Amino acid sequence: MHNMTYLYSLAGVGLLISLIKDRHKSKKALITAVKIFVKMLPMLLGIVAAVSLLLYILPDYVIANYLGGEDSATGIALALVIGSISLLPGFITFPLSGLLLRQGVSYMVLAAFTTTLMMVGIITFPIERKYFGTKLTLLRNLAGFVIALIISLCIGFVYGEVF
Amino acid sequence: MEKDKKKKPIVLFVFLGTYTIFIVLSMIISYEPGKVIFDNFYLFIMDMFKLFPPAFILVGLFMVWIDRKVVEKYFGESSGLKGYISAILLACTTLYPFVVVLPMASGLYKKGAKLDIVLTYLGASAICRIPMSIFEATFLGFKFTAIRYIVSLPLIVFSSVIIGKLMKNKQLSFE
Repeated sequence: MHNMTYLYSLAGVGLLISLIKDRHKSKKALITAVKIFVKMLPMLLGIVAAVSLLLYILPDYVIANYLGGEDSATGIALALVIGSISLLPGFITFPLSGLLLRQGVSYMVLAAFTTTLMMVGIITFPIERKYFGTKLTLLRNLAGFVIALIISLCIGFVYGEVF
Repeated sequence: MEKDKKKKPIVLFVFLGTYTIFIVLSMIISYEPGKVIFDNFYLFIMDMFKLFPPAFILVGLFMVWIDRKVVEKYFGESSGLKGYISAILLACTTLYPFVVVLPMASGLYKKGAKLDIVLTYLGASAICRIPMSIFEATFLGFKFTAIRYIVSLPLIVFSSVIIGKLMKNKQLSFE
């Protein structure tokens, strides 16, 4: 897994440069890192526990067929809807996506899920409407939904998951 | 929003508590499904923890070294293409959740920023935050993040311009 070697080198070099430039700031960076980690840990444990249960209950063919690429249209539609409805912070979304990727969920389904998660907010709709009015909020979320679909297709194309 | 924040952890901790009891009981009475579920949990968590140290170090470094004040300073004055670019740069350095970004965006509009640019900022702040992208690249790969940026940023600007045009004749009542 060379992505990991890459990351550790990047973080190592970054930290080294930071240490040379400013020892105090580097210490603050590490404290910040630990703080965010501790803050997200309960939610992360909860999500992973939920997924471990769900994957046991869910029959294997569901992931293989609907989320893994065989019937990608259904998978993407499902991911778009779930992503639009749910609300998850990014620090949780991507570890979860990585886990799902390992379980065989395709890149295009994950792209649809993560992008709608970030761009479409049905739960936050009432709050957004207060600031921007119904029409603008509707248009903005609709645009987000379409953009998510386009990104998903592009990702599928690049990763060879769709012809 | 305050209510939500207080409510969430309770549900979460009840779930985690129940889950733990279920796993421990499964271990004691050798209940096979419980064991399998815990094996999965353990594998998943261990996988993630291998990637967390570098990801969090990079996020921490980003937060300490990037000075948002500098970015903010350039935002108000720029217009045209430069306006879109600075809106995206401002969005990249966003650290706040969406509900905090909303009033900031409406504040920008009230101060006279073009609606297209405010919308670009809002859209980009949803998908181009650097700390979040560090996590994305960590768990889904640098290629994934790169494609997503290349495809989504032009689409964000494009849709903002279109929505800006659609809203042109409508009086916006920002709170």
